[in-house]
Amino acid sequence: MAALEVSGLKKSFGGLKALNDVNLTVQFGTVHAIIGPNGAGKSTLLNAFVGRLIPDAGSVVFDGISLVGLQPHEINQAGVVRVFQTPEIFGELSLLDNVLIPAFSHRDGEFKLNGWSRAAEQAHVHEVAKHMLEDVGLYGKRDMIANSLSRGDKRRLELAMCLAQEPKLLLLDEPTAGMSRADTNSTIDLLQRLGDGKVTKIIIEHDMHVVFSLAEKISVMAQGAIIAEGAPEAIKTDPRVQEAYLGGAHL
Amino acid sequence: MNTLAKQDRWLLIGFTLAILAGPILLKPFGAGYPDLLQKFCIFGIFAVGYNILFGLTGYLSFGHAAFLGIGSYTAVWSFKLLTMNVLPAIILSVLMTAVFGLVIGFLCLRRSGIYFSILTLAFAQMAYNLAYSVLTPITNGETGLQLVKGDPHVLDRWFGVPIVDGIPSTNFFGISMVGYSGFYFCAALLIISFYVAMRLTRSPFGLMLKAIKSNQNRLKYTGVNTRSYALIAFVISGCYAGLAGALLAVTDPLAGADRMHWSASGEVVLMTILGGVGTLLGPVIGAGVIKYLENIFSSFNEQILNGVFGFLPDALQHPVVKFVGLFVGEGWELTLGVLFLVLIIFVPGGLMQGFQSLQRRVFPTQPTPAADATRGAH
Amino acid sequence: MDAIFLQLLNGLDKGSAYALIALGLTLIFGTLGVVNFAHGALFMLGGFCAVGVQKLLNLSTQVKDESIPGLEMMVDVPYLQVWFGDTGAQIISFAVPISVIVAIPLMLLVGVVMERGLIRHFYHRTHADQILVTFGLAIVLQELIKSFFGATPIPVPAPQMLTGSANIGEWLGMGAGVSYPWWRLVYFCFSTAVIAMVFAFLQFTTFGMVVRAGMRDRETVGLLGIHIERRFTIVFGIAVVVAGIAGAMYTPIVSPNYRIGMDFLVLSFVVVVVGGMGSLPGAVASGFLLGILQSFASMNEVKQLIPGIDQVIVYLVAVVILLTRPRGLLGRKGVMED
Repeated sequence: MAALEVSGLKKSFGGLKALNDVNLTVQFGTVHAIIGPNGAGKSTLLNAFVGRLIPDAGSVVFDGISLVGLQPHEINQAGVVRVFQTPEIFGELSLLDNVLIPAFSHRDGEFKLNGWSRAAEQAHVHEVAKHMLEDVGLYGKRDMIANSLSRGDKRRLELAMCLAQEPKLLLLDEPTAGMSRADTNSTIDLLQRLGDGKVTKIIIEHDMHVVFSLAEKISVMAQGAIIAEGAPEAIKTDPRVQEAYLGGAHL
Repeated sequence: MNTLAKQDRWLLIGFTLAILAGPILLKPFGAGYPDLLQKFCIFGIFAVGYNILFGLTGYLSFGHAAFLGIGSYTAVWSFKLLTMNVLPAIILSVLMTAVFGLVIGFLCLRRSGIYFSILTLAFAQMAYNLAYSVLTPITNGETGLQLVKGDPHVLDRWFGVPIVDGIPSTNFFGISMVGYSGFYFCAALLIISFYVAMRLTRSPFGLMLKAIKSNQNRLKYTGVNTRSYALIAFVISGCYAGLAGALLAVTDPLAGADRMHWSASGEVVLMTILGGVGTLLGPVIGAGVIKYLENIFSSFNEQILNGVFGFLPDALQHPVVKFVGLFVGEGWELTLGVLFLVLIIFVPGGLMQGFQSLQRRVFPTQPTPAADATRGAH
Repeated sequence: MDAIFLQLLNGLDKGSAYALIALGLTLIFGTLGVVNFAHGALFMLGGFCAVGVQKLLNLSTQVKDESIPGLEMMVDVPYLQVWFGDTGAQIISFAVPISVIVAIPLMLLVGVVMERGLIRHFYHRTHADQILVTFGLAIVLQELIKSFFGATPIPVPAPQMLTGSANIGEWLGMGAGVSYPWWRLVYFCFSTAVIAMVFAFLQFTTFGMVVRAGMRDRETVGLLGIHIERRFTIVFGIAVVVAGIAGAMYTPIVSPNYRIGMDFLVLSFVVVVVGGMGSLPGAVASGFLLGILQSFASMNEVKQLIPGIDQVIVYLVAVVILLTRPRGLLGRKGVMED
């Protein structure tokens, strides 16, 4: 069953065709990687998914809901969660609060005027938060202020935050960018464990090790369009892919 | 987690006792008389409400003095038209500011950051100009809105309240609002306002506001409709300001356009910052300190200064008095400005930050305090 | 037709003041990234520079009054008049232009001290903190002036030869009744000259080119190895000088008092926002536009239609623009957009 259906997606910036008739189908529960050289349009595609930009034409349908034109928070409430490239957290708040916020958002929806009950007494939400923090190994630091974490820990916190929303679709934008080998491996580990088949994951990546460890299907983008698609083994040896990376008129 | 609720209970009890004992506690400081005490409470309410928008949610508004004015005007009209009983006046003021808050907030919050601040500034100046020279039938312009002998007092007549000779005084179901009873009325409202703010801060709603201040963009991508949360925060803080404005009229039935000048908004910002942005007690303490200092500084004049510095040789005394004289009496605003500057530059966390550092030095066993809903800073 | 033309002129001098203040604000915001709530106070300082110079030139001594023979009366006569007679009186009457010359180094000093001593430490703090610290500074400056000069406006007349009105009507072939005060015309020409100079500086000097580049894209300029911060002080100084001399020249039109700074500041922010934050041409253009708009709104005919419109028109326009086109008329996309 298709989780995400993208058809005919187009976006131009002036004369530049950032998205040139992109068609993509992602199945439920799979891990789908999108790779391609710089400037291929991967980030633009992701931005179109999360509502950061509005495409000129085409449609993006997730779980039956059309995402084009929706506000970022509405898209999130539909189950599409974005993991930022540089960890975006609530720096001045504690780790516990950082995870409580998405948990509350999941429980209460985009807005709820619950100004009287005590946040500290919402047992169920706290259970979720505790669970998430334990999963990423940060429960012991839950009272620390988020800004004081190392970058790797911030990444883990961010993942905990995203998963606290019980996402149906997880969009990861270069999750291991700038990471050491050790951190990369532990992130792969984390991503493999979490969600277990119920969460659809779309990963934009440059690190081929990550891609081949996680992806069940790969789409290759170049110059705003998908030029190849298939199982990892097939993509590895596809001549079009090799040309896109090594040859062609791009930097 | 129940420890926080317990802490809060103690805080509330302590706060209530401190406020109610105000007249006694402040007597040695020369601040125990009703007028000043009422001001403490009223501006305490104003500051607590303002802190919800500024300290908690992170939106700097220059327009809240307008709500103060709206509250005052509404209250005085209630006195004139309906009854001298303060209850309808207060309720109407809060309702009126809620309506205005919704409209103005909806417009201003379409942008954030500097644009938001400038928008509130524009609205404040518009409101001031309108009150001063355009809507004079409602506001009586420069002279201000006052009670006059011919006021209808419709509800009062209906309920057979005896007509007084001269200008009647405000009352709460018969209890006059002048003097200490007026203070206790304001104090009761302050305690209630404080409690409401406390519950709000500890609630999931309050947590979302803090998240807005911390990283609004991220919050949007976490599925939260930040604009709705900010709007409610704006309206609530506006209502607090409206209540404060109404109480100003309760204790002194007069409403003037000056109250709405945006520089009055600057004062409440100062109170909030002085006390400690984002804390619960901070704004109240800040309001108290500012009003207290204003009271002292404004009453100094050259004579008193000469008396104070009389011990200096004449050659020194004169320049010293001249210099200090800049900062007192009419020069209170200057002192306020300097205080403002010093605070922003050196102690942005305000008095509460100072207390907490002191607390940490005396009791070093506390873990790194995170001012959040689960741990709670007071 | 005449009336409309007159209102246009009327709006031009106020618009000139707005444009000059907005120019400085935009320079500071575009280059330093700081929102300077003290800018109006600097305009006011310039005005009080003129007051100070006027006071200085008018320092008097007691001289025997010759006009009433036989009576031993003393009268105050300014030193300059005592020493130089009529030329002295002329000098005194030129207090305002002289004060502009005096204001330039004075305001430059103020600007440098402000930037080095205070603003510099706030570059990396939040916009809210910048607003607040400059706001505090504005209050302090305003109150200091109030302490030293009192609360009532102090009239500063224009030079004697320019106090009358020019017969514009005759020049432009309109009715002979159309006249306009000389000094206001002078002010308008003065402000266009200053604006032209600033733009020329930015356009034709290397320094100016770096500043313009920095306004467009700070990061890249830094990457090119250019220390933009060193230029901050100078840019700030220029902006402060512009505000100061604008204020000094304005004194014959509106007598300065301590409040004038804040009044102009609020309107100038509106101007900057309407023109587009970060756009210098936008700031200047919308300054003139809003000045003219305000002038037209205060026409009696208009006021009869919508009473009080002149008080709120500028703010209404600001609100509408902020809500529909937040980047302003000429602003770049992405500046402060949300």
